[in-house]
Amino acid sequence: MSTSSYLIRGATIGAGATTDILTHGNVITAMGSGLDAAGAVVIDAQGLVALPGLVDLHTHLREPGYEQSETVLTGTQAAAIGGFTAVFAMANTNPVADTAGVVEQVLALGEAAGYATVRPIGAVTQGLDGQRLAELGAMATSRAQVRVFSDDGKCVSDPLLMRRALEYVKSFDGVIAQHAQEPRLTENAQMNEGEVSARLGLTGWPAVAEESIIARDVLLAEHVKSRLHICHLSTAGSVEVIRWAKARGINVTAEVTPHHLLLDEERAETYDSRFKVNPPLRRREDVLALREALADGTIDIVATDHAPHPSESKECEWGAAAFGMVGLESALSVVQETMVETGLLNWDDVARVLSITPARIGSLSTHGQPLTVGAPAHITLVDPNTRQTFSRQRLAGRSLNSPFLGLELPGRVMATLHQGYATVLDGILIESDIVAAHAEAVRRG
Amino acid sequence: MRHLLSTTELSREAAIELLDISEDMAAVADRENKKLPALRGKTVVNLFFEDSTRTRISFEAAAKRLSADVINFSAKGSSVSKGESLKDTAQTLSAMGADAVVIRHGASGAPAVLAASGWIDAGIINAGDGTHEHPTQALLDAFTMRRRIHGAGSRGKGLDGVSVTIVGDIVHSRVARSNVWLLKTLGAHVRLVAPATLLPVAVDSWPVTIDYDLDHALAESTPDVIMMLRIQQERMNDAFFPNPREYANVWGLSTARWAKLPATSLVMHPGPMNRGLEISSAAADSPQSTVLEQVANGVSVRMATLYTVLTSTREVSA
Repeated sequence: MSTSSYLIRGATIGAGATTDILTHGNVITAMGSGLDAAGAVVIDAQGLVALPGLVDLHTHLREPGYEQSETVLTGTQAAAIGGFTAVFAMANTNPVADTAGVVEQVLALGEAAGYATVRPIGAVTQGLDGQRLAELGAMATSRAQVRVFSDDGKCVSDPLLMRRALEYVKSFDGVIAQHAQEPRLTENAQMNEGEVSARLGLTGWPAVAEESIIARDVLLAEHVKSRLHICHLSTAGSVEVIRWAKARGINVTAEVTPHHLLLDEERAETYDSRFKVNPPLRRREDVLALREALADGTIDIVATDHAPHPSESKECEWGAAAFGMVGLESALSVVQETMVETGLLNWDDVARVLSITPARIGSLSTHGQPLTVGAPAHITLVDPNTRQTFSRQRLAGRSLNSPFLGLELPGRVMATLHQGYATVLDGILIESDIVAAHAEAVRRG
Repeated sequence: MRHLLSTTELSREAAIELLDISEDMAAVADRENKKLPALRGKTVVNLFFEDSTRTRISFEAAAKRLSADVINFSAKGSSVSKGESLKDTAQTLSAMGADAVVIRHGASGAPAVLAASGWIDAGIINAGDGTHEHPTQALLDAFTMRRRIHGAGSRGKGLDGVSVTIVGDIVHSRVARSNVWLLKTLGAHVRLVAPATLLPVAVDSWPVTIDYDLDHALAESTPDVIMMLRIQQERMNDAFFPNPREYANVWGLSTARWAKLPATSLVMHPGPMNRGLEISSAAADSPQSTVLEQVANGVSVRMATLYTVLTSTREVSA
């Protein structure tokens, strides 16, 4: 397959100037006006915003083991349609990604599919059981070069084990991404503990169960001088703890999900289990505090926590339903709705929180680079001026458990270039054999 | 009224109308022929995912007195325990032509999910869902209070100004929730008494007065009604309170506490009772106790509920 070349005409770079972008292979070769289109596929990007390809630090691709929910292929297709060119795949697969063998398998599946760069996240503890450390070093030195470790879905609740993990990953500049949930305080928890849970008779998931773990872990990270990342921060109190930790110079980063930026606990009123997620949707004042914290940098990034489930896991009573929602396809629209339309962030900031900083936290040097000549050709083009009802047609993964279906949201990804070839054009996914062939050509150089 | 899922859905007018229809139904029970033809040809399914013989036979008696056909579907020991979903069960009942489904389920919100699902077109009556609500229990409690307080002149009346003290495991009680909303709607003043471990953390948002101390609560004002809730066995060993003895000492309606109440204060309990724990036998068997009336009134209120749900005008697609 011949090397791809694209000429993107008239895109606005983030919040800045309008320019043409010329790519050749996996490199941006020229920027400016009146570039020569010879041999290049021309993309009319008038009115579109160009962002460095989005990077998701928190994705559940479900393969191996839960292929009825998602596979590496279908999950990265969802990523591509959402404008992502790299995803970090969480470790709670079956078998768990706690050995070099599993992370290399996930890496290889991602390379073969070609829709996005897949970076496996390694488990902190064997089998996510919270008892013994997984083979962190073997995963770090494997071909997958794992740098992010997480038991996500479960909290590393044992303080000594958490301390050891934080210390151990210093040898290869790793980071522990903590799912902050005190297990005893959240037994059988179903939704945010508060006025709504009291009325609905659903067991509460109190904010303090998240905040107390974050407080403990930032102090541990300070003590052992290591790097800590907090997954899906969800409460105003957690924001205060992170703000305090950062002011103290502690090396901590934090993420917020799109759903926690938009939705609140009142969605549980109808017991519609599409809104059942862990950590749960919180109060309106938490939602607003999270937006402010993302705007002022206390929260570093947006990560989707894309969590696909088959319909039978959601078509049931709330208590029996699975936790989680898909989010790759809708993330950019939700960020535009909650952060850009409200004036809290501009498009340069969006590039920072959805591409540049997540790539940096995950030590993924090939992604998250500002769009300049010589940078890799991972490019997302978004039309910010459209506003549509978010429908099933926008979902590209295997599962339909989106809480945003039926909501009117702004923005749509019109094109995604991953390592110089298109995975999405005109808002439509490129077919898998074409993408796989491009990926194969890139691997062969 | 298409479904009865929660007492929050009942306006004052709708609640009083239901209680008045319950009076009509109670009058039928006094006749020699206790049966009405009102629901002849209708099929009522009692869908019980949790054991509750009392509630099930109350609904069964109510449906039969209205001449409905009754199918009892006990999910215990049926295919449900082998993993059949609520959806499949509902679709099965729909295929069998159920007109109303009386559902008892361990998961809060299961009746609401059923009503909104489109899996079944029947009217849904919540017979207790998890720790959410038990609306017919609250209706029969209100009916019992109204009859005791207003006697033959009950029709058309609410419970305005009546003080009701509910004591016990509020946080896990569907009876308490349904009562709080309905009693508020009917104009009563509700006081909840429990250790803080057995109250929801956000209980201050409820339209009630809170007290952690039963003696203090009774000293502050004499209630017209005191309702004791059952302490479930599984709470005993989960740090909600130190032990049953301390609970009984502090929050039980002991003989001594009962003896201080005026003869006009009603003593209620939704049953089944733990005698000696939340209520003494002297209180339970006293003339102020309405425990057996509550059982009898339960049938009348459930007749009224079934009748109202099954005769409500449906939107029929052409």
